[in-house]
Amino acid sequence: MKRLALAIALLLLATVPYWIGNSYYINVATQILIYAVLALGLNVLVGYAGLVTLGHASLFGIAAYAGATLINAGQNQIVVAIGALLATLAATAIFALLALRGTGLGFVMITVALGQIVWGIAYRWISLTNGDNGMSISTRPSPFGLSLASADAFYWATLVVFLSAVGAMAIFVASPFGAAVRGTRDQPRRMTALGYNVWLTRFLAFLFSGFWSGVAGLLYLYYNQFVSPQTVALSASAEALLMVIAGGTATLLGPIAGAALVIVMKDVASAYIERWNFVLGAIFVLIVVFMPEGLVPGSVRLWRWGISLLRPQAPRVLQREDSR
Amino acid sequence: MTALELRDLNKAFGGLRVTVTVNLAVEPGERRLIIGPNGAGKTTLFNLVTGELRADSGRIMLFGRDLTGIAARRRTHLGLARTYQIITLFPGETLARNITLSLLGLSHLRWNPLVRLNGQRDLLDQAHEALVRVGLEHLADRPVAQTSYGERRRVEIAMALAQNPKVLLLDEPFAGLSVEERRDVLSMISSIPRDVTIVMIEHDMDVALEFAERITVLHFGQVIVEGTRAEVVQHPRTREIYLGD
Amino acid sequence: MNLWLILSVNSVTLGGLLFLLSAGFSLIFGLMRIPNLTHGSMFMLGAYFGVTCIAWGFGFWTAAVAAGLGVALFGAIIERFVLRRLAGAELAQVLVTLGLSFMVADVCLMQWGGDPISVETPPALRGATAVFGLAFPTYRLAIILIAAVIAAALWLLMDRTRLGAMIRAAVDDPAMARVVGIRVSHLFTIVFALGAGLAGFAGVIGGPILSVYPGLDQDMLPLALVVVILGGSGSLLGSLAGSFVVGFLYNFGQVMFPELAYVVLFLPMLIVLVVRPQGLFGRVTL
Repeated sequence: MKRLALAIALLLLATVPYWIGNSYYINVATQILIYAVLALGLNVLVGYAGLVTLGHASLFGIAAYAGATLINAGQNQIVVAIGALLATLAATAIFALLALRGTGLGFVMITVALGQIVWGIAYRWISLTNGDNGMSISTRPSPFGLSLASADAFYWATLVVFLSAVGAMAIFVASPFGAAVRGTRDQPRRMTALGYNVWLTRFLAFLFSGFWSGVAGLLYLYYNQFVSPQTVALSASAEALLMVIAGGTATLLGPIAGAALVIVMKDVASAYIERWNFVLGAIFVLIVVFMPEGLVPGSVRLWRWGISLLRPQAPRVLQREDSR
Repeated sequence: MTALELRDLNKAFGGLRVTVTVNLAVEPGERRLIIGPNGAGKTTLFNLVTGELRADSGRIMLFGRDLTGIAARRRTHLGLARTYQIITLFPGETLARNITLSLLGLSHLRWNPLVRLNGQRDLLDQAHEALVRVGLEHLADRPVAQTSYGERRRVEIAMALAQNPKVLLLDEPFAGLSVEERRDVLSMISSIPRDVTIVMIEHDMDVALEFAERITVLHFGQVIVEGTRAEVVQHPRTREIYLGD
Repeated sequence: MNLWLILSVNSVTLGGLLFLLSAGFSLIFGLMRIPNLTHGSMFMLGAYFGVTCIAWGFGFWTAAVAAGLGVALFGAIIERFVLRRLAGAELAQVLVTLGLSFMVADVCLMQWGGDPISVETPPALRGATAVFGLAFPTYRLAIILIAAVIAAALWLLMDRTRLGAMIRAAVDDPAMARVVGIRVSHLFTIVFALGAGLAGFAGVIGGPILSVYPGLDQDMLPLALVVVILGGSGSLLGSLAGSFVVGFLYNFGQVMFPELAYVVLFLPMLIVLVVRPQGLFGRVTL
């Protein structure tokens, strides 16, 4: 059943340019995929490692800025990709080394400070980043000679990257390391007593998360052909966090759904609803208060509850309540 | 060679001395019970042994090996395991997965991001074995949330046992259990082979005394009485501490 | 020489304004253990309220007080009906304040439009005053005075009143405070309202200097964060010290290291967070 659903989903995704005729909407789909990669990467940290961060847009943006710098310096696509991702990994390592000194709220605050430093550099170090005017690139890359200038072509390229990200995430989640990461989220003290190196596990998870955020950032640069300090602002990190929390952190589908929700609200709904920011904030508040596990699990829960109302009640065996 | 030896162990938090010149020697295979009124520093002692707390002075030797300066996680690799007063299972997982995580802690696989955890047959078989040993294999795929407190307590101990420790530290394993559950846990502990040395902290005298061969009584961080079960039970100071307080 | 003097006086002024902004943030952080991410929005909301009051013909000072009260009421409502539902879940509370800040910012945009609105300096304080032989805008000097007055008032509240004693107790040890009979959840509402009100008041006071524009909230929030992290949360003295440190860092940084202006500001915050999480004076560890 699951395989069938997956196959259908893949088919739909692969043929998007055909059943969505309008290139505006194809671009929306591309954006959803790009931010889904970011959200999936962020979820490794927030959902699986249990480390909430408000500085992830910085890693996303550093990849974009590094990419733009390298492209404008005339480097070829391979160098650009490797350079941008290396820059992101280096930044991620620094972020991780500093942020992991704290836990919980301390961790968040350190990521905020780091994010603000990156934003400050983007905004004020004008010789490096062109400040508020941002950096633009003139063309998209052409891997293997195929042009990505059209909406369709870029969509498919993004889809390939997105599917790789999803694949990587699936492998990570099912792996022993993935289980270890989740263990450090649930019982860090116990994990140490069991022989795990909790700090190193978190550090590596952070790197994995940063890597995919960088990939998304590079895609973003190619899509937008422009990057500005706004890309690394606190609100951008907040939006990324919103995507993850709205969709739900426990599944792979969650961040994807969350990214779709936010992008659709931003791009599409904003044409019909003037106050999309307000609605987004409201949805966020509602989800945190009523559906803290996120939209996807929360909706599943509501769905099951609804179904249970329709089914006749089966006799329930008394179970021991867990006493906490 | 002793299994676990503490020499002149000291720990203070600011002005509060929680562990005061503690000397302790546990022989291999021994069943040692540590008792004392609340606040005596029993759990602190365990935390010092496992490395969660760093001692101010003194030495901890595990089968002759000095553990000072060795990180907590490494001590596990050297054959030390512990359980906690408050049950610390992994809440969202099944019992089998809990044990698997415990086994993974000592395996190089824990760094592997590429293979499927559920495909590691030998690991999963070992986990199953561990559950069989404690009589819980019928609940292997049950999520922790759907098990009883007594069952969870047994899983907690099974997780520590799965790592084949040389020294097992049990922190109040009978806390919160019903009479039946206590019998189950006691029989489980009693069936642990002698190649595992067990040190237990307990408050509940009835069950613990059945288990103990030698007893150490702690009070305000100091060892007050030590000896065989018979000796300690009759010792005047023991009665003083428990009844006089 | 003159440049440094001017910069210094401006730094003290900015410090004063930052104190007005951050005192509330510090109290909320100290008592409720959460960085209130709506604080920038409260500042901005207050500024907009002030603008409207002035447009309706009220005087500057009336508008400032009215805005403070209005935002305080708003804060009380948020705390009572949203934050209290999430009592104990600090991370959830932080995220909710984030969502609320989005909502408030958008409402302001809807109500007052996207163009910056300037606020006229109150007539009595227009013009310049001579200090050390140099002319400074009188209003800027007045801000220092206002900050001093509010600081004194807050100190009196904290040190001399029963409410203040309860707040200090709850900051030090909430569990113990409850045991002694202090209704901590009521305190939460009062302190949140007080903090919000101060921010709203500060928004109007800052109006003649900063004007009011969409994005003001995002400009002010990080500054409040730095002040409180550097100075320590829950500590009035810390907020004061932190405000002036940030005022100086900001102004001198802009002049001496224009490209690294924000780095100069946030790097100390980062260092403190990593090395000494409780800030320079604070008693709350993150």
